Amino acid sequence: MTAAIQAHPDERVGKKSLTDRLVVRPEIGALLGAVLVFVFFSVVTGQFLSPLGVATWLDDSSTLGIMAVVVALLMVGGEFDLSAGVMTASTSLVTAILATQAGWNVWLALLVSLLFALGVGAFNGWLVMKTGLPSFIVTLGSFLALQGLNLGVTRLVTNTVQVSGMRSTSGYESAGGLFASTFSIGGTEFQSSIVWWIVVTAVAAVLLMRTRFGNWIFAVGGSQVSARSVGVPVVRTKILLFMGTALGAWLVGSINILRFASVQANQGIGLEFQYIIAAVIGGCLLTGGYGSAVGAAIGALIFGMARQGIVFAQWNSDWFMLFLGIMLLAAVLVNNAFRRRAERVRR
Amino acid sequence: MFSIKKLAGVAAIAAAGLVLSACSGPSADNSSSSAGGSPTAAAPSSSGPFKVAVVTHGTAGDAFWNVVKNGAEQAGKDLNVGVDYFADGDPGNQARLIDNAVAQKVGGLVVSMANPQALQTSIQNAVKAGIPVVTINSGEDSSAAFGAIAHVGQSEGLAGQGAGQRLKAAGKTKLLCVIHEAGNIGQNQRCDGAKQTFGTVSTLQVDISNPTDAQARIRGALQSDPSIDAVLALNSQVAARAVDAAKEASSKAQVATFDLNADVVAAIKAGTILFAVDQQQYEQGYLPIVFLKLYKENGNTIGGGKPVQTGPGFVDKTNIDTVAPYAERGTR
Repeated sequence: MTAAIQAHPDERVGKKSLTDRLVVRPEIGALLGAVLVFVFFSVVTGQFLSPLGVATWLDDSSTLGIMAVVVALLMVGGEFDLSAGVMTASTSLVTAILATQAGWNVWLALLVSLLFALGVGAFNGWLVMKTGLPSFIVTLGSFLALQGLNLGVTRLVTNTVQVSGMRSTSGYESAGGLFASTFSIGGTEFQSSIVWWIVVTAVAAVLLMRTRFGNWIFAVGGSQVSARSVGVPVVRTKILLFMGTALGAWLVGSINILRFASVQANQGIGLEFQYIIAAVIGGCLLTGGYGSAVGAAIGALIFGMARQGIVFAQWNSDWFMLFLGIMLLAAVLVNNAFRRRAERVRR
Repeated sequence: MFSIKKLAGVAAIAAAGLVLSACSGPSADNSSSSAGGSPTAAAPSSSGPFKVAVVTHGTAGDAFWNVVKNGAEQAGKDLNVGVDYFADGDPGNQARLIDNAVAQKVGGLVVSMANPQALQTSIQNAVKAGIPVVTINSGEDSSAAFGAIAHVGQSEGLAGQGAGQRLKAAGKTKLLCVIHEAGNIGQNQRCDGAKQTFGTVSTLQVDISNPTDAQARIRGALQSDPSIDAVLALNSQVAARAVDAAKEASSKAQVATFDLNADVVAAIKAGTILFAVDQQQYEQGYLPIVFLKLYKENGNTIGGGKPVQTGPGFVDKTNIDTVAPYAERGTR
């Protein structure tokens, strides 16, 4: 009897080959795409691999990456947040107006804009869960509302459409040291937003793969009804996810305002789709229940490398969007092929 | 298992990494911005052909910036200088494009500063790296302080005042100033300038990327206040919309505009547009390349720390026939 069991081990606990184990990871397509883009631009251009060049494309990827990761968590949870892009400007504006117009200390202004962001995020989540409307619609509403608020309040308070003068506010240097400093590696200055990006990605990856809350995210994204019936707190999970994207937007907004010392009322519009695209390149499904935080970070890296690589390659900038579009399509197609393969392996 | 411990561990390690890496925070302003004259930049090492990167905030496909680009490229051809043109409306992305050009060790840099503070660090880094910078179009107040060798543009306030004066001379009493780009300080300065010389001015916000909506809003404004007898548009696309809107609202309002294009030229000929304030942006593309070449080959600077004015020039019925062919070929 025992001999028979050993002779025919259960296939569910059997060892899979390394390729099979790799190919079921959602990140794998993005990782290959990243390697391809990296190698391509390293070969085609002279400056892509220089320390300054690397600093440039990592910088470009970092703030996009922070948002892509938090948006990826939300998408795994089966929801969208279209207000994420304009939220990065709203939080900057709240901080800047309080610090430059009301004369507050920057740290206090940052705290208030954090509370503002979490409030809007919680409201988004609550409204989605309360009404049962698609989050696409609800957050489209809050996106437009925030866009109007950004312009209206800024003009009301400052009579202009930019808030500047952050450099002469109290607490700017210490806050800037945390959010917008640079660190030097081998004589090249790198933005600290790159470190934030890595931290956010690590925290999100652990949260998603190693905690009960991570299981809840997959559950509510996979099937809300089933999740509820096995006792997952669906409403709390989703509201927390929306607050997560708002928190990410606050972080990016704070990095931007402290680094650039000024903010325009029309900033951040249109970026929400870049976050979604980066997350999708990283293996997230639009239908929810599948995806990865690390993948989204790699998706943002592809985006940043392509954006800056096209410039380094000195291709005519008229065609810039075309290159970007083709590149993104290619990345998503590769992903899709891998996912098909992965689903075959699972069975 | 929801373990806070694991999360805290990751965060702690990362935070330690932040502290350990040699950090240098951004520098605050001590409110004494030294408006220096010519910067003491190291002479750029000349190797290979002279290359200039032009980095503007003009979005791709914008008619105005197309003329700037044409000017820069023509200057490159005439003077045998390599010219690369890049543009991004987002100040953060524009800063990165400048960093990118610095990383490529270009011989010279031309930057439009719609949002000077956001570009400060990047431009100063370029100057530190020994790359001569010429600022164009906007941000004249910060140009010298950032270490640029010259600024080429039109002072928006002056241009607005000029437009206001002309409208007043034409006997107008109530003006509607149409702002189409939230986030652009220059447009607000134009309207404020017009207010100073004209008197009664109300402003209206429209969205340039949605022409239908822009026209409807202008029409609504004219219908709701019949006493408005002049509309000042801040670019040629909006001007065309304003002309149609005035027609639809059967308003007596006459339109004046900033900037030229084929539509505006036709409208000035037909008399539906009173005049255009022309900032001759072709020069904003062409001249910086000349300045950079002179700086590189002869150590010359120009403007004496003051902006080089390309406008306001005025185009109306009297000189339209001269200007029209140039506008058609994309250089006016």
